[in-house]
Formats: sequence, C-alpha cells, structure tokens
Amino acid sequence: MPMLDYWNSRIERAPLEELQELQERKLKQLVENVYRSSHFYRKRFKEAGVKPEDIKTLDDITKLPFTYKKDLRDNYPTNMFCVPLNQVVRFHVSSGTTGKPTVVGYTRGDIDLWTSSLARAMTSCGLGRGDIIQVSYGYGLFTGGLGAHYGAEEVGASVIPMGVGNTERQIELMIDLKATAIACTPSYLLHMNEVAKKMGISVKESSNLKMAFLGAEPWSLETRKRIEDTLGIKAYDIYGTSEMSGPLFTECKEQNGIHVWADHFLLEVIDKNGDPVKEGQRGELVITTLTKEALPLIRYRVGDITILNNEECECGRTHPRIMRILGRSDDMLIIRGINVFPSQVESVLMTIPEVGEHFQIVAERKGELDDLTVRVEVTRAAFSDKLADLMKLEKKIQYELKKVLNLQTNIELVETGTLPRSQGKSQKVIDKRKI
Amino acid sequence: MSGTIKQISLFAENKPGRLSKIAETLSKAKINIRAFTIAEAGDFGVVRMVVDDPDKAYKALQGQGFAVSETEVIGVEMKDIPGGLHDIADILGKNSVNIDYAYAFVTSTHLALLILRVDNIPQAQKVLKAAKIRLVDPEEVRKI
Repeated sequence: MPMLDYWNSRIERAPLEELQELQERKLKQLVENVYRSSHFYRKRFKEAGVKPEDIKTLDDITKLPFTYKKDLRDNYPTNMFCVPLNQVVRFHVSSGTTGKPTVVGYTRGDIDLWTSSLARAMTSCGLGRGDIIQVSYGYGLFTGGLGAHYGAEEVGASVIPMGVGNTERQIELMIDLKATAIACTPSYLLHMNEVAKKMGISVKESSNLKMAFLGAEPWSLETRKRIEDTLGIKAYDIYGTSEMSGPLFTECKEQNGIHVWADHFLLEVIDKNGDPVKEGQRGELVITTLTKEALPLIRYRVGDITILNNEECECGRTHPRIMRILGRSDDMLIIRGINVFPSQVESVLMTIPEVGEHFQIVAERKGELDDLTVRVEVTRAAFSDKLADLMKLEKKIQYELKKVLNLQTNIELVETGTLPRSQGKSQKVIDKRKI
Repeated sequence: MSGTIKQISLFAENKPGRLSKIAETLSKAKINIRAFTIAEAGDFGVVRMVVDDPDKAYKALQGQGFAVSETEVIGVEMKDIPGGLHDIADILGKNSVNIDYAYAFVTSTHLALLILRVDNIPQAQKVLKAAKIRLVDPEEVRKI
C-alpha cells in the first residue's frame, strides 16, 4: 500500500483565506458557547467589557481577555470545564506551579480531535501502515504517551507502548520488534544510544529506525543534526502542551516549522505588552482552541517564544507554522520532559523547617540527560552535630521534591547566608545547559 | 551534665577556603583549639572541635553566620602506649555503650586524650570510672 501524502488532503491544503473564514465562524461560535456554558469565561468577558456579539471578525480576538495557566490552577480541579462531567471520557493531570496540579478533561470529541491532529502530523512525516513505533513517552497522567499512541494507531502503525525507563529493555525490543519509529524526548534518544553502545549495539546498524518524534523539551538544530547523523534517521519536532491536549503537531518532511491545524487552533504571537508582533517577528505564542469541548482555551498564554509563518509550506500544506521554540517567556524549566517552576521548588522547601527560604536551582546536562540540583541553606536552628541527620535531611528534601515535581533531584546543602538573596529569578535559576 | 566537655560543631560546605574562614574566626577571637576533626559527606561536612573556651568560640562562629551547635562529649585520659584505645573501647563495648564518633590528641604533657561522643554519657562515665580510667573535665581542657 502506498504511503499517504496527506491524512486529510482537502483540509490540509485548503487556501489560507478559506481556513481563516472557517476560523472566524468557529471563533464566534466558541465565544458564544463559553459565554453561555462557563461561569469562568462569562465573568472574564464581563470584566473585560466584551460580549460575544463584539466578536465579528478574526481581528476582534484582541478584544478578548487572555487565559493563563494560573486560571487552570485557581479553578482546580474542574471548575473551568465547559461540559457536564458525564461527557468527560478522560482526565490528564500535570503538575502546577505551586504544587497544585492542573486537570484537563477530554470529551469523546476532544480525544478524536487530538488523535486526528496527530494523525495528520504523523502522516506528514511519512508514518503509516507498516511502521512500528515505540512510544517511549510516559503513559498515564502525562499526555505524551497516550497522545502519541492514539495518533500512531490512527494512521495504522503498530504501537509498542513502551513508556519510560528500563533503557536496556527498550533497546532490546526496538531491535527485536524492528521498530521503524520512536517517540520520546531528544535527550532520552541520545541516552538510549549511549546505553546501546555500552551493550555493544549500534542503533544505526542494528535497528530499523528511520524516524523519531522528539519533543517535550527544548532542543536545538545542532542536537537534531547530531541525532540524525549518529542514528541515521530523520528527527521531527513534536509539539503541544498538556493544557491544549498534549502532543498535537509536528513538523512535516520539510522540517521547516511545525504545522498547526488552523481548523482547530487559532494562533497569535504577541509582544511583551500583549500586542500582536509583525509577521516574522518573535514573540510569545498565544493559542485559542476553536473546537475543544471540555476545556476550551481562549487566548491561552502558552509561554513559549516562537515565530509565526503563514506562508504555504513546500509540502503543500497551507496551515500556519510555528518555527522552532526559542525559549520561554517565564521562568519555567523543562527537565527530562517535565515542567519545573522555581515556585514549585520554593513551595516544597517552605514545608521543611530545617532549611531556609533561600534556594538555587541548577540545571545541567550530564552526558545526554538533564540534571537538576537544588541548593538549600541549612538553618542554624536545625543544625545538629550529627552527619546522619544532615544526610537524612537531604533525603527528605529529595523525597518531598519528587512528590511534587515527579523528578529525581540532587540536593546540595550549603551554609547559611551563602546563596544570593532575592535579586530576581536570574539568580534563583542557573541553567548551564547548552540547548 | 557534669564531667562532660562542650564540643563545638559546625556545618561547612566542602569547598576551598571554608576551613580557612573557620580558623580565621577562631584566631581573631583568640580561641585555642585542643582537638579537631572534620567529617565529610559529599558536598558538605561537619567540623568538630574541643577548644579552651567553647562559649566564646560558639559566639564568634555564630557571629560569622555559621550554623553552630554545642554537643556534650566526654574526654578520657588514655595511656599513650599500644593498647590504650583498646582498653577504653573494650570497657564501653562490654557495657553496651555505643561510640558515635571519637577523635584523639596528644598534649605536650605526654597525655593522650580521647574525645568520645557516646549514646549514653552517664553509663559511659560510670563504667570508665569503675575501670579506673580518668575522665578529663573542662577546666583541664582549658589549661592544657
């Protein structure tokens, strides 16, 4: 069976004007819907002095208020949902900025949208029937595993639902089942390659791998080149956030920007003042979900810095592309695919009386994997003469952080008064990684 | 607790210059160190010492921002000959007293002193005295 060029040729290649008309219609519908069904949005709109009838064209979107991650947290767990809970078929949960998680609900339609969005994307990279894809993103509350899984099944690929961890076994199955594709974080793929080398296996020579869907953490073009050269594969950027669904979009074979399906998502790129940037200028990505049902997001401040490209792609797709993610507008760190906010670390430390309120987070890349160290001051009151007590304290901090961050950290106890005092986030977070 | 010695302990990062800072602080306060040890655990360590004037040392170090604590330890006179340590450890062991840590020093008067942190100080004092082993008091430490 020949590979499909497009999952949905008509819509993927529709003229941009047609897509924009569609967006306009859907936006108006969305605004009316949420105004009617959501206490949260109605209140927000009223505060901003805007009514559904004020939205007549796409440009009117700037009249609508922004939505922030904080809103999801403040409305924990399900107060922002726009459908009754009996229409929700699934929940995903991600850790929030202060330890309080954010909950995203999905209707049957939301799951279908997510699945078909990735089916279009994966098809654009050439994944299809006959392919065997190893999904090495976390399954469960994290969106990566199940998202990639459903998308790959939809296009007819055979899925190995691997999940994270147990690298030796991952390599063994990849070789034995002749996986042709893998979905994981770029650093994990490099780590697998290192482990394989130690096992005396060359992934390039022994595996059938030809493509990888890599994301959930920022990675550079240099890293891509290194992955492609060492493994002899094509490495595609996969993108999405848990608030929007999870992984939703990828690059196409052109590897020149991530296609964002305009019939479901409306993109804006804004400057520091919240005003739209000129086309081609970098700014903060703002996404409106046009067709999501359980938890539609209006002008959601994703926080990623990118550039919008509305030109038709060489692949024939007309949908706007976001160019590589260039960083974050906030202080969020992405460590091994997990979002870490300094405020989360702070809130954990606050519950441990033996340490002071001052801390420093150091992100490093050790080998191929990210590594997070948290430096904390030992308070005078808490210091006992016993070394064992201090070691226990380190373990305790590590354990408490793991509970909230879902991430193993290194703890470094330092002397009181040695960490820089609140002079902004730049000193609270030291990112030594070269991405 | 009578007959015990106040040991000064402090938290220090395991990096160049920290010990120098501690020593400088003590030097400026005119504190004389009698015995001294560092226990390290990776990135940090605990410095323990017996000094001539523990209260003054405590204040001086605390004034420099160090996390300091005072711990009761016992000082035992040890014969500066082979088997000296064995005698003491043997008595404590047979009487179920656990030694958390210990360090020793030899003074100019040819006296060997063993500093012991134990889990049961009264019991240690009792059994050592019964075995005719002499315990050293703070006044003696001050005068060494």
